[in-house]
Amino acid sequence: MIEFQGVTVTYPGADRATLSAVDLTVDEGELCLVAGKTGAGKSTLLGAVNGLVPHFTGGRLAGRVVVAGLDTRDHKPRDFAAVVGVVGQDPLAGFVTDTVEEELAYVMEQLAVPPDVMRKRVEETLDLLGIAELRHRPLRTLSGGQQQRVAIGSVLTAHPRVLVLDEPTSALDPTAAEDVLAAITRLVHDLGVTVLVAEHRMERVAHFADRMLYLTGDGSVVSGTPREVMAVSEVAPPVVELGRLAGWSPLPLSVRDARRVAHGLRDRLAGLARPASAPSTADPALTARGVVVRYGTLVAVRGLDLDLAPGRIVAVMGRNGSGKSSLLWALQGSGPRQAGAVSVGGADPADLKPRVARGLVGLVPQTPTDLLYLDTVRAECAQADQESHSEPGTCRALLDRLAPGIPDERHPRDLSEGQRLALVLAVQLAAAPRIVLLDEPTRGLDYEAKRHLAAILAELTREGRAVVVSTHDVEFVADVADRVVVLAEGEIVADGPTADVVVSSPAFAPQVAKVLHPLEWLTVGEVARALEERP
Amino acid sequence: MTLSVEPTRAVRSWYRLPRAVHPAAWWLWALGMAVTASRTTNPVLLAMVLAVVAFVVVNRRGDAPWAFAFRLYVYLGAAVVVMRVLFRVLLGGPQGEHVLLVLPVIPLPEVAAGIQLLGPFTLEELLGGFYDGLRLATMLICVGAANALANPKRMLKGLPSALYEVGAAVVVALSVAPQLAESVLRVKRARRLRGGGQRGMRALHGIIIPVLSDAMDRSLALAAAMDVRGYGRSGDVPTALRRTTGALVVAGLLGVCVGVYGLMDGTTRAFGVPLLLAGLVVAGTGFLLGGRNVTKSAYRPDRWRAADVVVAACGIAAAAVLYLTSSVDAANLYPSLSPLRWPQLAPLPASGVLVGLLPAWIAPPPPSTAEAHR
Repeated sequence: MIEFQGVTVTYPGADRATLSAVDLTVDEGELCLVAGKTGAGKSTLLGAVNGLVPHFTGGRLAGRVVVAGLDTRDHKPRDFAAVVGVVGQDPLAGFVTDTVEEELAYVMEQLAVPPDVMRKRVEETLDLLGIAELRHRPLRTLSGGQQQRVAIGSVLTAHPRVLVLDEPTSALDPTAAEDVLAAITRLVHDLGVTVLVAEHRMERVAHFADRMLYLTGDGSVVSGTPREVMAVSEVAPPVVELGRLAGWSPLPLSVRDARRVAHGLRDRLAGLARPASAPSTADPALTARGVVVRYGTLVAVRGLDLDLAPGRIVAVMGRNGSGKSSLLWALQGSGPRQAGAVSVGGADPADLKPRVARGLVGLVPQTPTDLLYLDTVRAECAQADQESHSEPGTCRALLDRLAPGIPDERHPRDLSEGQRLALVLAVQLAAAPRIVLLDEPTRGLDYEAKRHLAAILAELTREGRAVVVSTHDVEFVADVADRVVVLAEGEIVADGPTADVVVSSPAFAPQVAKVLHPLEWLTVGEVARALEERP
Repeated sequence: MTLSVEPTRAVRSWYRLPRAVHPAAWWLWALGMAVTASRTTNPVLLAMVLAVVAFVVVNRRGDAPWAFAFRLYVYLGAAVVVMRVLFRVLLGGPQGEHVLLVLPVIPLPEVAAGIQLLGPFTLEELLGGFYDGLRLATMLICVGAANALANPKRMLKGLPSALYEVGAAVVVALSVAPQLAESVLRVKRARRLRGGGQRGMRALHGIIIPVLSDAMDRSLALAAAMDVRGYGRSGDVPTALRRTTGALVVAGLLGVCVGVYGLMDGTTRAFGVPLLLAGLVVAGTGFLLGGRNVTKSAYRPDRWRAADVVVAACGIAAAAVLYLTSSVDAANLYPSLSPLRWPQLAPLPASGVLVGLLPAWIAPPPPSTAEAHR
């Protein structure tokens, strides 16, 4: 169905090829998982399937890509509309019309499908993806998971033979991501569509996948069954890492597989105590009482109390729209707050000038690039030093600690997601706040970048700072957080040490906890350390 | 067994089914009402037009966001009336004899001879300003009614295929505008996180750069999404033909605009009709040429059914009646200010305006989207 013959892609100005001499074949009806670190060329590989690379992105493609008999050399992306459906990371960015039904019909209108066929296909697709009740809704009012399902529907109506999905769940909360992935697996089974999906929640797809493509980062691609490829892949979900640690063979790809072989490990761990951080006895660095944030009639945060202990990491979880961002902005003092009190050492950051408030509480917003506006990393750092009245070079020194080796002259837009996050964090830390808030920092980060971020956060707490992270990423939470606060409709529905909160929850439990249930172990690292100490 | 339903009843119940009326029908009706208002300064007639338009809007608007734009137009109309009167107070020369208020005259330099600031303010001036303002406000509110009743984007969908590209560009622009506003707010808020100390150009720089690069990213993502979904597949139409079509359509529409202006103006009716007809022919040729190369189809296009034709006809009829009365008996339409007279209401123009009220019952009720929002 999809054939790459000696494909080499080079972008202008790049010192090496993003893909080099890639040969691979994906057969009809296969579900194919594409994995690799950020920047390894996943998007390039996916884009090459329908000719977006190089027709749209620029660059040079040598070799041949043939999909369903069409060669991308002779056909433009628009000619592939009936053959290849493409769904991106941010569904909202790709919507052309403004209601669900019209969006589903758009591709068929372009293909001049007769009106009666269109009507029928729209109805079928609405049912297939379970979005029939949303048919008249404006697209902007849908939740992230609904939008992503509409985006999938909007390419399915053309009856494509190949579906290409580039990290379709990266912006979604765990439950919405489940919905989308469930929809994708149903498509593979019911319609026999060939699916290529880049997905960082690999474990959700890996056991359905017929093939896995692993991009090693040097331009080559390893192709094989998920089990074969997982054994050599550097990026692997926790369940696979646990399998490697315990020496299970064959390697389990899903929580279900792992649970069935985990008796031995559970018995070994049964007598061991999980290292738990002692509750903090220090005075809270920040106290918030009765915080209310509302936008008109919509109440985002409903009278919430929160204490932040110095030297601890608190994770704020909850679905999209549960008030996480509003809470962080209100705590920082820059966002709206209609009632309640926030006190940082006796001062309320909302009453202070922004310049003073950021010295007390630093916030890294959801789109960190909003804070960057200069041409070079050097200029941004210098500006940050000036803004926070700190010694020249402070910000640069912080940046070198967070993410070493970023060239001074690099444009902030050209940095990787992880580097950009580090730069913004360094800019905010230049003001030396005792409290650091991060709004969804794990978005778009791969396993390695997340590990690095975890190390950075651990270091911040060692300096005695209080850290709050809002995130959907349960594995990241299991790894870094001392305490988890779960929000729903602007209220706290669960608050306690990480293990107590996440282990019992079906949506928030990390994979290791699911495998080792009822034992309360959260991460592979913990298990490894425990086994080392008492083999 | 055959179904024995009385045919007229079947038709009637089908006709009454809730559905969206063709957007062009609402626009024709609203423009008809606007033309009606433009033919008179009689406050009683204008008040009738306002009442008719408001009644139809309240009766037949849906619950979509744009349906609530009507209130904004009413506020805008009120502002127009107030401004008009205030300007008369400020600049009005000495007219009429019913002085209401004597204000001091502000002396102006020699250059501005002929303009008088303030000074005595007469009832004639007040009414003149009020009538004029009310007429303008009524026309504005008629346009507002069209906006409230018809989905502006559906209107663009109804464009002939020769204008498809223009329509697509407008739709994209319409959806980009709120996104741009959103990103400006977001970035402005984020600026506070960095202290937000700068003023002037530097602060502007800090907002514009992130907003524009964000907009750029979005546009590229949208362009890619449109490309992979087959937008622009009609590229195989010969360039020469495409250009000819475009030129014909644009020239034709210009002709139509000038023709309509000539017709409305009333003073130069001679060139109005021929130009209008010529424009229609040229534009029509363009549409036909363009339509021959259609490689697209439309999903659930709005259709002209009996009700839609009637709605449009009501507006046009109202305009036509006023048009006719103005050439027969203009006195009632423009109440005299010197000497001052009470405005009179003649039966003919009044019944004309009332024709515009019919869509409040004749048009099928709007479909409810409330259940979808639940």
